[in-house]
Amino acid sequence: MVPITTLHYLVVAAALFVLGVIGVLTRRNVVIVLMSIELILNAVNLNLVAFSRMWGNLHGQLFAIFIVVDAAAEAAVGLGILIAFFRNRETINVDEIDLLKW
Amino acid sequence: MNPVMNSALNSGMAPVATPFFFYMLAGLAVIGGVLVITRRNAVHSALALIVTLLAVAGLYLMLYAPFVAGVQIIVYAGGIMVLFLFVIMLVNIERSSKERRFNRMWPVGLAAACALLALFVSAFAKGKALFPDRMMTLPESSNTQQIATMLYGEAGRMGQYTFAFEIASLLLLVAILGAVIMTKKKI
Repeated sequence: MVPITTLHYLVVAAALFVLGVIGVLTRRNVVIVLMSIELILNAVNLNLVAFSRMWGNLHGQLFAIFIVVDAAAEAAVGLGILIAFFRNRETINVDEIDLLKW
Repeated sequence: MNPVMNSALNSGMAPVATPFFFYMLAGLAVIGGVLVITRRNAVHSALALIVTLLAVAGLYLMLYAPFVAGVQIIVYAGGIMVLFLFVIMLVNIERSSKERRFNRMWPVGLAAACALLALFVSAFAKGKALFPDRMMTLPESSNTQQIATMLYGEAGRMGQYTFAFEIASLLLLVAILGAVIMTKKKI
């Protein structure tokens, strides 16, 4: 069996990233769009930790921790905006959020 | 913990069936990701996302990053996903579960994502020499201590990432304020 190298992890991360992009571009439900963004951030984190092991230092893991902080902030603000929007318009579909699209 | 002990610890624990666990966790992560973007019910998507997050945490453990794996489980699977589930319960799911799942432009989005996948594949195929086959063995038992040293510094000196750490705390403060203000009755 081939040993697991950095490239294996990069392929898994690329698959997760593309799945997240598909979710962001095609789904209508805003909650699932935000979950797809979490998938994308996880793919980036996996890349960073794999590179951290490839180079043998911890900078990649530090970056991964900072990205987790960013993801938490993004989820909190995004879901807050979603609740405010739902209260005003009674919908959570992306293609009905078009007030600024002219 | 001294480095001699670490190397002894690492050499003592020979990895067992690493490829099997890697393929299992990678398969779980990708299957969870597919379920996230295809389920009609948002709660099912959230549960599939939890499976993906836990599988990625297992991959972190295989990459000698136990602290990041713990943060992944505690913050992502424990914190962010509870936030998501709360919001799914607040907005009504009965109506949205009967509507169309995908927007009208989904073929364009799918084509763009496939183009991105082709870009990744060609980059990995062409740049294979850039990724050496070596995999360093990071000291696992002092991982948290080393991360703390880089974040907080030691012996009274600032660490390499202390300033970034403080800015991250400011970002979290702004995010808390934003979330609280967004959910007020009248904005």
